[in-house]
Amino acid sequence: MTTVDRRVDAPVTGGVGGSPARPDGVHKVRGEFAFSSDMWAADMLWGTTLRSPHPRARIRGIDLTKALLVPGVYAVLTHEDVPGVKLYGLEIVDQPVLAFDEVRYEGEPVAIVAADHPETARRAAARIAVDYEVLPPIVDAERARDPESPRIHPGGNVLRHVPIRRGEPDTATAEVVVAGEYRVGMQDQAFLGPESGLAVPAEDGGVDLFVATQWLHVDQKQVAACLGLRPEQVRLTLAGVGGAFGAREDLSMQVHACLLAMHTGRPVKMMYGREESFYGHVHRHPATLRYEHGATRDGRLVYVRAEIVLDGGAYASSSTAVCANAATLGIGPYDVPNVAMDAYVVYTNNPPCGAMRGFGAVQACFAYESQMDKLAAALGLDPVEVRVRNALSTGDRMPTGQVVEGPAPVAELLARVRNAPPPPGRGSDIRELPGGVSNTTHGEGVVRGVGYAIGIKNVCFSEGFDDYTTARVRLELVGGEPTALVHTAACEVGQGLVTVQAQIARTELGIERVVVATADTSVGSAGSSSASRQTYMTGGAVKAACEAVRAHLERRLGRTPDGEADVVAALGDGAIEETVEWRHRPTSPLDPVTGQGDAHVQYAFAAHRATVDVDTELGLVRVVEIVTAQDVGKAVNPQAVEGQIHGGTAQGLGLALMEEIQVVDGVVRNPSFTDYLIPTILDMPPMRVDVLELADPHSPYGLRGVGEPPTISSTPAIVAAVRAATGKPLTRVPIRPEHLIQGLRT
Amino acid sequence: MRLTCTVNGEERIADDVWPGESLLYVLRERLGLPGAKNACEQGECGSCSVYLDGSLVCACLVAAGQAEGRTVVTVEGVAGDVVQRAFLSAGAVQCGFCTPGLVVAVHDLLARNPRPTDPQIREALAGNLCRCTGYEKILDAVRLAASG
Repeated sequence: MTTVDRRVDAPVTGGVGGSPARPDGVHKVRGEFAFSSDMWAADMLWGTTLRSPHPRARIRGIDLTKALLVPGVYAVLTHEDVPGVKLYGLEIVDQPVLAFDEVRYEGEPVAIVAADHPETARRAAARIAVDYEVLPPIVDAERARDPESPRIHPGGNVLRHVPIRRGEPDTATAEVVVAGEYRVGMQDQAFLGPESGLAVPAEDGGVDLFVATQWLHVDQKQVAACLGLRPEQVRLTLAGVGGAFGAREDLSMQVHACLLAMHTGRPVKMMYGREESFYGHVHRHPATLRYEHGATRDGRLVYVRAEIVLDGGAYASSSTAVCANAATLGIGPYDVPNVAMDAYVVYTNNPPCGAMRGFGAVQACFAYESQMDKLAAALGLDPVEVRVRNALSTGDRMPTGQVVEGPAPVAELLARVRNAPPPPGRGSDIRELPGGVSNTTHGEGVVRGVGYAIGIKNVCFSEGFDDYTTARVRLELVGGEPTALVHTAACEVGQGLVTVQAQIARTELGIERVVVATADTSVGSAGSSSASRQTYMTGGAVKAACEAVRAHLERRLGRTPDGEADVVAALGDGAIEETVEWRHRPTSPLDPVTGQGDAHVQYAFAAHRATVDVDTELGLVRVVEIVTAQDVGKAVNPQAVEGQIHGGTAQGLGLALMEEIQVVDGVVRNPSFTDYLIPTILDMPPMRVDVLELADPHSPYGLRGVGEPPTISSTPAIVAAVRAATGKPLTRVPIRPEHLIQGLRT
Repeated sequence: MRLTCTVNGEERIADDVWPGESLLYVLRERLGLPGAKNACEQGECGSCSVYLDGSLVCACLVAAGQAEGRTVVTVEGVAGDVVQRAFLSAGAVQCGFCTPGLVVAVHDLLARNPRPTDPQIREALAGNLCRCTGYEKILDAVRLAASG
């Protein structure tokens, strides 16, 4: 091993393109990995949150007396105890740390309690008397758009409108026209590790917070503002993260735990249960989508006119960016000369919605892919063929006018899923039939269908956002051996980022011993573990920092090092440490009237073929097999790439067939894993994955973001398969059994 | 109350246990064994799977007092197991929150059925939710462990 001369090109063990063991893996399989909910400190107190039972109400008063009398209670706090800014938010600062004057959604935090046992804290919270004047909630996003509607916030209910105009959409006509209205229910990220963390008061008047999050520095900025502290007085360390999927972009318990810790002078742990977790984070936006597609008789799209209405719920979160994604990606990976798109996101008194894997592209994909199937049927064409005839390719323009650079293998991905070997025939094991172990059929009433879909996703942050990652790499001798320490604030949320950082350092430095430091705020921001961006961004930053270290080493030696002995000799004069801030190419804002602009850095594509069996008597679906083809540019860690594709596909299956937070008059009816169903191992079919590696000339190693694309198109592919099996129109996800039963009109 | 039970082969005593506490709470917060996880605390997700007198249970559904005088084995007590190695090499671990429960559940499955078929694996693990992997590599891990 050990040479820093990359011309030697000896593949270093565990470098880029390999699948070395995760550095956290041994701890995880042994149960020794410290998740945020496992944090513990001597003298620690437990925090809990009192939440509003009403989706909309005025707060006339809060009486804490009875809560304070409970033995074992150390603090009971309300908005009056928030020393700094009383509001926070990722993009728009509109969400109270603790409600004052008014509550705007069911589950909004109103007061917090610290006690010596979690049950004591909960009992005390139940004794807080809040005097509410209950108001009628505004829960219909379409009606909330009306300027005459009562307002959730003073600025009006339309949080953002993104228009996009390309060509002559108002006057374009076509020989074949298909139109449809589609709906997407509210999906939950349903990570398994609930919101949790430990706040420890510090002697400098600040606080140390150990927490599961997606972006340490955006948390730090918001927490410090709410506490009235300088950012450097609020030091965050990433605790073990039990999944994220967008749900940890916004603050949950961060400010609350810090407030309680600073008030009591004791460490305070907060840990949501599953029910509270459903109230403790934002969800995927429910959407209504109206599309009209016009095409020639030979299946070439002439125009798309579309309107998308996203229900943003009570607070802004990342809704404005979600809306832009829905709009800019809203006609899919197709070349369309005339486009009129209007996407809206609207405040209501429903639960706040924000980031979830796919981020606006999911809702749009269900609609545009349903439309492509409808168009295929109207033309008498094969559904894959109509897609291929309109497939976006390199050099084509998006509706925003942005030219698609680099590989855009839309037609090839479709061909690959179509040409994959056929799925297995129907077996006789009831566990592999609809209804499964419930033994509801032995094959009678069961019909099979096959469906296809393809989606498009942007990678990294868009619309001119200054998107960067900081990486610090230190190369030194440890026990006489060259060792690299990689330090970033990038959040490992399960995806394997810690593995990838080490792989890149090994490849760039030509050494095997690499340690990835715990992510914290003592190094600069790494941006969020979202937008499929971390291998691109933090990977890019680690690569750049390693290159700087290598250059430093060469300066010290006065030449290119030749073998390990040279490296050891050079490091004898002391460690080499370099810190870099690394950025992707700049993007531009969208024109507010025409929606034109080079808003995105990179596009990513995945296609799915789904095969389903449907019991048409009971309306039960069993997905038999899913095939995914995805271009990842470069599989930096092939095993992790497959893991992302499998997991993303599973979340898309959930949205197609079972996952919905049911909200009635602003009240969540199913905040538990008993009533909110996510796919089990019995629900998931075998998945065949076909990974393409067509390098993007602009990205590190040519890689393309991987995490989100597979979630986007699996939903419409499964729905298309169920349509093919049943002939039902199926314009809403998740599909319910009553939508499928023959003879029932729905 | 005082709770005495055998955990991972050692007699353990927990004092001042509130009778409403679950075995999961006692393991995690009083006995320093946080391996069993708390993802739903109503027996739906299997993240807190442990053995109680040799039977696979969700520790969140066992009242602390029910463990009095009994034998508990947690994920920390099955360390070095072939199942754990298989999960690592198959890539069945992402965030890892479901992993300890799955390791115990697969350990139990293979003890009962050393060569399970895929449908048998799926049926046996239907009570263990995973949100990251789509289960494909978990199946790979179980097949690998069963072949080893």
